[in-house]
Amino acid sequence: MRLTQGTFSYLPDLTDEEITAQIRYALDNNWPLSVEFTDDPHPRNTYWEMWGLPMFDLRDAAGVLMEVNACRTANPNAYVRLNAYDARLGRQTTALSFLVQRPAAEPGFRLDRAEGADRRIAYTTHAYATERPAGDRYTRG
Amino acid sequence: MTERQPFGRPAAEEAPPPPLSPDAVVDLASARRESGVDDVLATLGEELVGLVPVKTRIAEIAALLLVDRARERFGVTAPRPTLHMSFTGNPGTGKTTVALRMAELLHRLGYLRSGHLVSVTRDDLVGQYVGHTAPKTKDVIKRAMGGVLFIDEAYYLYKAENERDYGGEAIEILLQVMENHRDDLVVILAGYADRMDTFFAANPGMQSRIAHHITFPDYSAAELELIGVLMARALGYRFSPEAHQVLRRYLNRRVGQPWFANARSVRNAVERARLRQARRLLEGPDPRVGLAALTTIEAPDLLASRVFEDTAESESIAG
Repeated sequence: MRLTQGTFSYLPDLTDEEITAQIRYALDNNWPLSVEFTDDPHPRNTYWEMWGLPMFDLRDAAGVLMEVNACRTANPNAYVRLNAYDARLGRQTTALSFLVQRPAAEPGFRLDRAEGADRRIAYTTHAYATERPAGDRYTRG
Repeated sequence: MTERQPFGRPAAEEAPPPPLSPDAVVDLASARRESGVDDVLATLGEELVGLVPVKTRIAEIAALLLVDRARERFGVTAPRPTLHMSFTGNPGTGKTTVALRMAELLHRLGYLRSGHLVSVTRDDLVGQYVGHTAPKTKDVIKRAMGGVLFIDEAYYLYKAENERDYGGEAIEILLQVMENHRDDLVVILAGYADRMDTFFAANPGMQSRIAHHITFPDYSAAELELIGVLMARALGYRFSPEAHQVLRRYLNRRVGQPWFANARSVRNAVERARLRQARRLLEGPDPRVGLAALTTIEAPDLLASRVFEDTAESESIAG
């Protein structure tokens, strides 16, 4: 199952040129970027691992792409995303966030239904990948 | 799972526009007008006095850009030229000033994407302990991407007497980046001629990766005079006719004296003349001053200088 999270996730995966163009757009808007990665892409997992600090001092897309590639090399079997932060007063939030790498094979999620009292049903999304310990997910298959 | 293109790989090669036929003709003059190269060169000529080798090299780089564009239209492509430079010259010959302009210049010529300049010295590149240097240098390089990385007094990076110095590591990373990221940034090294020669002798890899070794010549007395006038004008001052004469004599004398630092000495002379002019106005007999008095540097302001001390000239003129 193809994970769809963040901007552009229903499009085909971006090429490096397209990623560079998006980075340039973010930098032109004065949005500093940061790289994050995870092997637990549950939709409610907002806390991905940070790859270094947010790059507040970079002015050019090539420098950001260098960090993206460094993160890809170090974590070839993880999801990697780029976040662009808009620091303007009144916004102060993530302005753009998109995936720049996904593992080769994505087992996907299953929906668990837990029946409670009074015919209530609780729903949970369960990622098949998390059945393996962290660091060992997405490495095979 | 659906078939898809993995991240980072282009879906398909984009077809370039069809090349011109071999017997077509491209008008370089109109291409030159459109590119705005002449504006860039003209402002450079106006604002920088002397420095002929520098201006020649910039004109050559600009010409190459136009020719490359014309070649491209015929389908002949060559990779971007190496633009790393080294500026050598005596103190005060304008190395730093030109480097600051170079970033903007290369940006306007279309060789750099953003045209900002990151100016660093040894402190910013070399770490204090093992493993500290590489991330530090890489951080600086990432910041300079798309612009110019200017390393002032580059010879401090390499300390021959201490083989455990971390400077060598910084140089190694720089060399790698100068080779692999040629399209992303331009590295400019600057320093005094003799020490830069030693630096290059110890780092032949650096020497060969720099395509443009530009030597900044010393200024002639006439050029220094023009620089002095321009500096005063930038500060909102002008020299009275007598002061102008004195400035010329001052510079002729100063050139031969120790610690002469070209344009920097001129700047110091102008600054000191400013101080003396202010004091002269405050202590003068007439406390009311007009715009002309406030903006004019008179002969005595310059004659009070130590440069004239060893002769009777100052008294004879002032008296």
